[in-house]
Amino acid sequence: MSVPVKVGPGQGRAFLGVLGRDLAVTGKEFGSFISQVLMQPFFLLFVFGVVLGQLGYVTPGYAQLLLPGLLALNAFFVAVQATAIPLVIDFSYTKEIEDRLLAPLSTRLVAVEKIVFGASRGLFGSLVMIPVGYIVLDEVNWVLSGLPFAAVLLVLGSLSGGAAGLVLGTLVSPRKINVVFALVITPLLFTGSTQFPFLQLENLRWFQVICALNPITYVSEGLRGALTPAVPHLPGWLCLLALVASCLLLGAIGIQGFVRRALD
Amino acid sequence: MSTETTTRPSADELTPDAAPAVEVRDLVKRYGRSTTPAVDGLSFAVRRGEVFGLLGPNGAGKTTTVGVLTTRVTKTSGLATVAGIDVATNPVGARAVLGVVPQRPNLDRSLDARGNLVWHAAYHGVPRAQRGRLADELLERMGLAEKAKTNPDELSGGQAQRLIIARGLMHDPQVLFLDEPSTGLDPQARLFVHDRVTELAASGVTVVLTTHDMDEAAKLADRVGIVDHGKLLALDTPSALVAALPGEATIDLTITGADVDVLAGRLGELRGVSSVEDLSGEAASATHLRVGCDGEAGAALPPVLAAVADAGAVVTQVELGEPTLEDVFIDLTGRGLR
Repeated sequence: MSVPVKVGPGQGRAFLGVLGRDLAVTGKEFGSFISQVLMQPFFLLFVFGVVLGQLGYVTPGYAQLLLPGLLALNAFFVAVQATAIPLVIDFSYTKEIEDRLLAPLSTRLVAVEKIVFGASRGLFGSLVMIPVGYIVLDEVNWVLSGLPFAAVLLVLGSLSGGAAGLVLGTLVSPRKINVVFALVITPLLFTGSTQFPFLQLENLRWFQVICALNPITYVSEGLRGALTPAVPHLPGWLCLLALVASCLLLGAIGIQGFVRRALD
Repeated sequence: MSTETTTRPSADELTPDAAPAVEVRDLVKRYGRSTTPAVDGLSFAVRRGEVFGLLGPNGAGKTTTVGVLTTRVTKTSGLATVAGIDVATNPVGARAVLGVVPQRPNLDRSLDARGNLVWHAAYHGVPRAQRGRLADELLERMGLAEKAKTNPDELSGGQAQRLIIARGLMHDPQVLFLDEPSTGLDPQARLFVHDRVTELAASGVTVVLTTHDMDEAAKLADRVGIVDHGKLLALDTPSALVAALPGEATIDLTITGADVDVLAGRLGELRGVSSVEDLSGEAASATHLRVGCDGEAGAALPPVLAAVADAGAVVTQVELGEPTLEDVFIDLTGRGLR
């Protein structure tokens, strides 16, 4: 695959065909998809935003801080899972992906399709958190003019999650998937500045450094900047830059891994 | 689809120097750290419309060769083309003109049988309006019309194989690769697959199949390449391969009531007979003679039987032994287990 292949209209059609298949399959399993996507963030929001608030353990403003973080979390994680898990199974056991690898489409573009598909699920998973937030929380005070920038951040966060899923899905063997998910996913879940503002970690510097390595941090922080600017947050340009960099880096590693697994 | 495939041979006649359907030249594939190459300087060409069999023991390099030709395995060196397209430099172009029936079923289990066909067509840019009609046509042809809504998990081995063949044909490929197409199938399913292969070849599709089943190769293939240790050992029509075998046809006779030595002497003088061997055991009640023939056993049979009758003996059993592709195969690749 070292020879660059010209992307003609034929490859564009094949790309849409492969993406269409993935979306159609998601559509068929929509019920299970939506419950899978909503369950964890719903309970996080409910317990931390409502229950602990009513018990007086967290301040009323905490839910305002948490909701953008949960949007960021879902964008990234739903994308990671949508890309990684099927790939691990496909490459190792079922080989079901072979038919798509034999489509008149460069192998790299099949990998890109996997990222785009994962990202579209991630984006959807994050958008459905908005109505959930409005329903669960007493009030959501968002600066609506920040929505366009928030949308850009969510798209980039989802793409970077899809790329991370491609890296995991092509590097990890199925026997190790449980361990890897425990060792990688759980830390990512709690170092993405989802549940706290990044800048206020100054007394926990080592933890702040770790959080800075997690792409979710930049989605969470960017969303806060756009939607709830009263909460201390990183500047928007920095978040944008960090997310583009993470998309490119994870994308390059993931596509490389995909090509290696796809061709003998 | 049928109209397109039937017009193709005439299009080829217009360009007599059209590239072969498949060409492999000095192909070498060495996997990772392996010291011995899986494919070691293989060369052959497949004519358009031909059924070509790659025959060889397990691990001979057949599947690797098909893997290179179908763009799933990257070659180490050499040349591999499908319909004149270099699979290494233009894998995307090659994928558009080839169809693959893999050794292991790889149907999409998130889709039903018909969905597998329709989406395959979508990947290959078949216009939306044609996909459904094509899928229904092929399901019908493969005897799967009833199974359109069935999940691949619930299909029998034979049904799955037929669905995979149907899928491989959805984009009207010029060359169809079948890797061990009837391994694990029951006799009925095998026959059905064989009939479809014959039908495809008749409609102008070039078929390349790998097998270690001699009968299958002899029955289906116009020409057979015998491969072992990644090298081509022989390449010809099945009958020419058999004819070139240094062995010979035999007639085994079980007879009673004759003087064996006299009879053996008379038989040995007959035209077309090259040797006579007495296989009777010490305690045998009847005489067993093995007559070796120069040509076909059937041609030598009438004079042999006449000679036996002249000697006043009675034939109780006759067995003709014609060399088969299996003898060629064993002769070339040896008896050792892999």
